[in-house]
Amino acid sequence: MRGLTNLMWVQFKLYLREPTAFFFTLAFPTLLLLLFGAIYGNEPAPVFWGRPVGTVDASVPAYIGLIIGTVALMNIPVDTAANRESGALRRFRATPLRPITYMVASIAVYFLIALLGIAILVVVGKVVFDLKMYGSWPVVLAGFTLSALAFFAVGYVLASVARSARSALTLGMVIFFPMMFLSGAGMPVQMLPAGLQEVSKWLPLTYVVRLMQGLWYGDSLAVIAVPGAVLFGLLILGVGLAVLLFRWE
Amino acid sequence: MNDGPVVVAENLRKRYGSLAAVDGISFQVGRGEIFGMVGPNGAGKTTAVECVEGLRRPDEGCVVVLGLDPWRDARALRERMGVQLQAASLPHRIKVSEALGLFASFYRRSADGNALLERLGLGDRRRAYISQLSGGQRQRLFVALALINRPEVVFLDELTTGLDPQARRATWDLVRDIRAEGATVILTTHFMDEAERLCDRVAIVDHGRFIALDSPAALVLQLGKEGRVVFETVGQDGTCQVNLASLGVLDGVFRVEQEGERIIVYGHGRDLVSAVVNALEAGGVRYRNLRTEQPNLEDVFLALTGHRGAAGLVLN
Repeated sequence: MRGLTNLMWVQFKLYLREPTAFFFTLAFPTLLLLLFGAIYGNEPAPVFWGRPVGTVDASVPAYIGLIIGTVALMNIPVDTAANRESGALRRFRATPLRPITYMVASIAVYFLIALLGIAILVVVGKVVFDLKMYGSWPVVLAGFTLSALAFFAVGYVLASVARSARSALTLGMVIFFPMMFLSGAGMPVQMLPAGLQEVSKWLPLTYVVRLMQGLWYGDSLAVIAVPGAVLFGLLILGVGLAVLLFRWE
Repeated sequence: MNDGPVVVAENLRKRYGSLAAVDGISFQVGRGEIFGMVGPNGAGKTTAVECVEGLRRPDEGCVVVLGLDPWRDARALRERMGVQLQAASLPHRIKVSEALGLFASFYRRSADGNALLERLGLGDRRRAYISQLSGGQRQRLFVALALINRPEVVFLDELTTGLDPQARRATWDLVRDIRAEGATVILTTHFMDEAERLCDRVAIVDHGRFIALDSPAALVLQLGKEGRVVFETVGQDGTCQVNLASLGVLDGVFRVEQEGERIIVYGHGRDLVSAVVNALEAGGVRYRNLRTEQPNLEDVFLALTGHRGAAGLVLN
């Protein structure tokens, strides 16, 4: 137990000492929000399915997808591959630390960091743009948890497949960047041409954005059932593959 | 606490594809011993040690460490052993004190981390990031991590590789200290002088096998009591002033070699030096830097393997 909490605390500090990881997870989404909020304001706009939501109200749940994607597809593969490459994982293996304890600590830290990024985003949205949320916080949190865990599992699959930290970075970028632009996480899918909207249906991150927006607006089960089911499937598939493929050295 | 051997390894074998990295190794290590495996890079030392540590599973053979199976009883053993791995680092942005505190939290019992750092000369580097440490400091930190659980058996893999001579000597003292406090030490090195000075017993490893296993003194003794007299001639115009044949026929001399100005007379017997000196004086030969050399582990290694390896140089 002492090992778990100590490991979490050290990993949290290590994360904050990595300036690029820190910036893209904790600062970048909020900067985007400030930028687009300043340009478009938060008045209800017709582009959002005629709902009474403005740019900021629509962006915050989408940016939750952005944060999950950054942590899962960039941070997790790169950090994990780097720790394997340097032999740190091997060194841990020579201690009584249980592998499962290491995994739980890492996943918990990434989860808390993503949550922290979202908290900053929401607080800034509230204070600066009077952000509105129409759903229930526990349900939004549950949706975030499902999305995060499903994507973290994918991140560990990438970490297992990558040979080095550098190839993990490349792999993460190749997978994450198209999703960032085409899933609605970076900008509304409605702004994309019809052909690209079709592409977005095949990207897992699209379903995070749909789920989070659906929960944020308090939509009916019918709306959130599909993205919820897709992400649950991804979670099962990702965990299965990660357990199968993960390498300590 | 039992008084039996700390390590018993029998007929260990580990293959990687067609390469037999460890090819039938058996040995025992007694409590409080410093046991060394010496040999060139790629001889299979690290693989053998990692099989004993339980980090690798041997294809064949049996290992018992502190009465435990390193694979089945891995956690129980890891509580009681300390490990310094040849190629393992930690995240660059972790601080010295954090690394030590983190590793301490993995064990049920732990030593005083600050005292350990103080003893290893890292007391003033507590707040430094690992990336800011020199090679020697980093090595000492990894030794500290290996000692943080007050282990009964400590494995040190290529501990002094990359260290300057001063740091190497300091590290040797440290290894002796570890033993003095009651731990058993198992180390690997490719430095013959290190093995000779540090180890109670040495296994010479080549191509995955132990080709010799004994105390350094006994290994050297196996070579016979061959000694050497070495001197340099003071030649005019660089020409050799010595009649090599006249030295070769002296009592107790096996053979004579010349390397430029340097003459090496191999032989045995107490009178070897005086015989050589007398012959030189009689011949009116001017010489300097005359000294005797006793055979060392280096010579044993050469005799057994035919590999060339100078003391302090990496053998290939």
